[in-house]
Amino acid sequence: MNREVSINAAMALALLAVPIIALQIGQTFTITLATRIAILALAATGLNLALGLGGLVSFGHAAFFGIGGYAAGILSAHALSGEPMMFGFEGSQSMPVIWLVAAVLAGLIGLGIGVVSLRTSGVYFIMITLAFAQMIFYFAISWPAYGGEDGLSIAVRNGFPGLNTMRPMEFFLVAYGLLMLTLGLFSLIRSSRFGAALQAVRQNDVRVASIGIKPFPIRLTAFVLSAMITALAGALYADLNRFVSPSMFSWHMSGELIVLIILGGTGRLFGPLAGAALYVILEFVLGGMTERWQFFLGLILLAVVLFARGGVMGLLAGKARHG
Amino acid sequence: MLLDVQEITAFYGSSQALFGVNLSLSEGEVVALMGRNGMGKSTTIKAICNLVPPRDGNIAFGGVTTRAMPTHKVARLGIGLVPEGRRCFPNLTVYENLVTAARPGPWTLERISKLFPRLEERKNQLARSLSGGEQQMLAVGRALMTNPRLLILDEATEGLAPVIRQDIWRAIRSLKADGLSILVVDKTLSELLPVADRCVVLENGKTVWTGAPHALTADLQDRYLGV
Repeated sequence: MNREVSINAAMALALLAVPIIALQIGQTFTITLATRIAILALAATGLNLALGLGGLVSFGHAAFFGIGGYAAGILSAHALSGEPMMFGFEGSQSMPVIWLVAAVLAGLIGLGIGVVSLRTSGVYFIMITLAFAQMIFYFAISWPAYGGEDGLSIAVRNGFPGLNTMRPMEFFLVAYGLLMLTLGLFSLIRSSRFGAALQAVRQNDVRVASIGIKPFPIRLTAFVLSAMITALAGALYADLNRFVSPSMFSWHMSGELIVLIILGGTGRLFGPLAGAALYVILEFVLGGMTERWQFFLGLILLAVVLFARGGVMGLLAGKARHG
Repeated sequence: MLLDVQEITAFYGSSQALFGVNLSLSEGEVVALMGRNGMGKSTTIKAICNLVPPRDGNIAFGGVTTRAMPTHKVARLGIGLVPEGRRCFPNLTVYENLVTAARPGPWTLERISKLFPRLEERKNQLARSLSGGEQQMLAVGRALMTNPRLLILDEATEGLAPVIRQDIWRAIRSLKADGLSILVVDKTLSELLPVADRCVVLENGKTVWTGAPHALTADLQDRYLGV
């Protein structure tokens, strides 16, 4: 077993062990922190597919995170009120149904955004993805039916068959399970022919074209998959807070997802988890000391960019194989 | 006729690089594209692959006009390019470099391994960690994995150690014996002329001489190739 695999396994076990221990000693808040880590890691894993493997610096992934959140909020609100939605659909409080709707919706919107934005590159790509996310942000603000600027509360956390998601530990297990499944999918994609082509496109798309592969569909597929995964995280995040608001669509959120990946290690399988863990722990520890904890986070981010480009995973497991 | 290039011109920005290149290649033929440095050999290859789109003239491959076709479609018609400077995907392994390019046909990983046993030994290594010669073998292997009807080799042995050059030339002779059509650019005339069925010489972006290798006399070599 190589060093990175051992570290990945240790991190996966630690994320599972901490809430179990916290449950034994009655520290419910720690379980919530671990759940937040798992959900943010899931969102960042989605972005890592586009950014880490494909080199697509999307500054608009909050759009997909928010779509997931609003899918959870809106479906839940209709299910509780009994007021039918479009086509007579009565909403749902079942997480698998919500995830399916969130992923399909984010996939379709991601397809639209991707078709337009992936025709550009570099700073133009960053700006176009940001512009789309801001459009959706302002749409959410001006949508009074679902709370507008005030957002939308989820009175009762959505359910998962066989589990009581109102219990923090059981909800954590849902988030943890989905994160591990997604990391498995990410690993499969990375080692597949598609994953190799995606990384090749990041390195040189002209060279990819000269071996008969059109770079655009490869990038688009990665972007859409990435959007779908981030939306799943958004749905879980809404359930964690039992609240959705337009802030889920904000550019701060997009930036936060990028920060998680840079902190953890771009393109690394467990980079998003390492980044999310560090971010949430820093937020908790520094936030307890000062209101201006993000200033110190900025310093740490600066140090990572200047001295440890591989992020936490780079420091722990060495240089990326696919750096 | 497998490849038919007629009177193509090409530009880099406003600077004209090709002024009328003519070149043809039949199925199973090996054509040497020759000329001194800067005469347009690499630009001609790029124009054939549409990496530098030709402005005038016509290019047909297997009877299909490729002039306005995107690069990936030209490649899919069956043109395998080994670009100048061993351009592999440095952050992919040897295996990933090969499978990414793979298309159905007689060229498989096993066959590439037989042609270049070193690649089999290094299949899990990153391309960037290979020696120059191994990277060149990988570039040839990757082009063959696309199962091309025409293999284009642009300075495939440049800058390599003599032993490795021999390996590459041995592979080229073996590919010729298998009946693969090859368009090759190389400065090593002692290796190039025996393997070529025909030579096409470029000067200042124009085709100036076409003929059999034995007809490329010392005088002509002196005039066009400066050797």
